[in-house]
Amino acid sequence: MDYFFNEQQKTIKDLARRIAEEKVIPVRAELDEKEEFPWDIVRDLAAADMFRVFIPEEYEGLGGGCMELCLVVEELSRVCSGVAVTYAASALGSMTLMEYGTEEQKRRFLPDIASGKKLAAFAITEPTAGSDAGNIKTTAEKVAGGYLLNGTKQFITNGGEAEIYTVIALTDKARGARGASAIIVEKDTPGFVFGKKEKKLGIRTSATRELAFRNCLVPESNLLGRPGLGFIQAMRLFDRSRPGIGAQAVGLAQGALEAATDYAQERVQFNQPLITMPVIQHMLADMAIQVEASRALVYAAARYVDSGARNVTEESAMAKVFASDAAMKVTVDAVQICGGAGYMRDYTVEKMMRDAKILQIYEGTNQILRNAIAISLRKRRARTA
Amino acid sequence: MNIVACLKQVPGTTEVKIDPKTNTLIRQGIENIINPFDTYALEEAVRLKDKHGGKVTVVTMGPPQADAALREAISLGADEALLLSDRAFAGADTWATAFTLSRAIVKLEKIDLVICGRQTIDGDTGQVGPEMAEMLTMPFVAYVSRIEEIKEAYLRVSRMTEEGHETIEATLPAVITVAKEINVPRVPSLRGIMRSKSAKILTWGIQELGVDKDSVGLAGSSTQVIKIFFPQRIHKAEIFSGDLEKQADALIDRLKSARIC
Repeated sequence: MDYFFNEQQKTIKDLARRIAEEKVIPVRAELDEKEEFPWDIVRDLAAADMFRVFIPEEYEGLGGGCMELCLVVEELSRVCSGVAVTYAASALGSMTLMEYGTEEQKRRFLPDIASGKKLAAFAITEPTAGSDAGNIKTTAEKVAGGYLLNGTKQFITNGGEAEIYTVIALTDKARGARGASAIIVEKDTPGFVFGKKEKKLGIRTSATRELAFRNCLVPESNLLGRPGLGFIQAMRLFDRSRPGIGAQAVGLAQGALEAATDYAQERVQFNQPLITMPVIQHMLADMAIQVEASRALVYAAARYVDSGARNVTEESAMAKVFASDAAMKVTVDAVQICGGAGYMRDYTVEKMMRDAKILQIYEGTNQILRNAIAISLRKRRARTA
Repeated sequence: MNIVACLKQVPGTTEVKIDPKTNTLIRQGIENIINPFDTYALEEAVRLKDKHGGKVTVVTMGPPQADAALREAISLGADEALLLSDRAFAGADTWATAFTLSRAIVKLEKIDLVICGRQTIDGDTGQVGPEMAEMLTMPFVAYVSRIEEIKEAYLRVSRMTEEGHETIEATLPAVITVAKEINVPRVPSLRGIMRSKSAKILTWGIQELGVDKDSVGLAGSSTQVIKIFFPQRIHKAEIFSGDLEKQADALIDRLKSARIC
C-alpha cells in the first residue's frame, strides 16, 4: 500500500529502518535476555537525529509531528518493541513541555532532548492510579522557592535513565484531579530517587522504574502551564500520543508477520513447505489484513492529530485499541505457525508475542479506551438527537 | 584541520562479472556503493573534524553518477565535495588516478591530512594512496588502525603489519590509508541527508585542473589491462593410507618437503 509520504517522511522511515536492521537486530535478543537498557542504540538514534524528529525546528528539532514520530516507532518496533518504546517515551516526556511550556522552558530543555543527549519521561501512574488516573496522591506543595514534591510514581518508562521528567502531582490536594499540575523534575534533584528496574514479561530492554519524591524541591519555573490543569494536560497528551502506541503495534505485528512468512516458506512438513498449505495461507492472510488495516487506521489518526484537530480522543483511541489487539493476535498466530521453533527463545517470534501484551495495557487499557470511544458515541448521539 | 577523504564509487558486489571483450567490469544492473574501505577513511576524517575542528572535503574521480557517492558522504558528515569528472579521465590506471587526485588536492585550500581506504574492492591494488603521497611529496603511512595523536605539525599512528602493530610518527601534511579496524562507520543523520540533497557538488575536469589530456586517463596510464580471467582451479588431493601413526609421519614429511613446517 502506498501511503503517499513526502520526501522527508520517506527519508525518516528509510533511515529508521536502516538503524533498526543494522544496529538493533544484532543485539535485540541479548538486550531482552539481560534486560539491559539499550544505551548504545539510543546513542545511534541520537547521532542519526532521530530524537530531533518530534521537536520543533526552533528548538533544534526537525519539526515533525505525530506522523513522523509514528514512522520511526513503527520501524524500530518491527525489530524490537522495547527499543521502540524507549524512543517513544522520550517524545511522550517532551510533549507537555512542547505544548504548554514557556519560551524559556522550551529553550532550557528541548535542545538537549532533540540532540538525544538527554532522554525524557512522563510520570502519572501511581500505585492507586492506573486506569483511575485521577486518583493520584503525589503532592506538589507550594513553598518558598518552588514546589515540594512528595509521593510515588509507578511503572515509569525510561525511569532512572531519563534526565527530564514531566510529573503530574497535586498542587491543590483538596481539589483532587482538578488540583493536579504538570511539573518538570530533573534527575539528580535532591529527594528524587528511583526504585529497582522492574522485571517484565516483554519490552524487557526498556527501563520501567518507580519514582519516589521525598521532600523534593523543584523551582517554580518548572511548572508547565497553569496550576490545576495537569490532569487535562495529561489526557490531552495521551490523545496525541496514542497513535504512537498504535504504530508500535503495527511495527511489531509487521515483524511477526514477516518472521512467520519466512518460516512458512522454509519449513517443510509432509514434503511441502508450510506456505503451500491452505490452513497456513489463510492464517498468514488474516495476519496481513490485520496489519494493513491497523496501519491505515494509525496513519489516518496520526494525520488527524497533525491536522490540528481539536478533539482527537476517539480517533486516537480507535487506532491504539485496534492496532494493539491486532498485534496481540498476529504475534500469537506467528508463534503458532512457527510451532515448536517459534516457542523457543532462539527464535524471535516468542519475544514478539511477549512484547505485544503491554500494548493492550499501557497508555490507557483497551477497556478504558473503549469506554472513551463509547462516551464519544453517546455525546454525538445527544448532539444530533 | 583541513582533511581530504578520497573515495571511489564501486559496484556493490564482490561477484563482479568481466566483459571478456573489453576486459572491463560489467556494471549494468549492479548498484553502486562507496568502496567499503573508503567509508572508514571518511568516518575517521569526520571524527577528527568533530574533535579538532576544521572541515572534511571528499574527493572522487569518476563518471557524473559518482555524484551520488559524494552526496552520501555529505550525509555522513563531509562538508564539501569535489567530483573529478572528464571524458579524458576514463581508463585511468592507478598512476593516472593518483596523478589526477593529487593535482586536485594541491589546488584545494591548505590540506593537513589526506585519508584513503587501504584499497578498493574492485581494483584491489592499494596503490593509489601511496602513489598520491609520492606525487604530493608528503609522508605516507599505510594500514593505519589507530590515530594515537594528532597535532598541528605531526601525527602518531598505529599501523597494522603482518607481524603486529607499528607506531609511526609523521609530519603533516601527510597521506594515510586506513584499515577497517580503525572505526565503526556511522549511519547517516537526518540533517546530513537533508543537507546532502541540496549540497553543491563542485565538478572539475582537465581545464579546471590545468592538466594535459595526455597525462590523465588511459593516455596517462603507464599500465594497461590486457586480459582479465579467473584462474583455473586445479584440485590436487593427496590421500595418506596405513595406520594412524604412519599417516601422521607421512603428513609431517610432506609438510617439511613443502617447507610448510
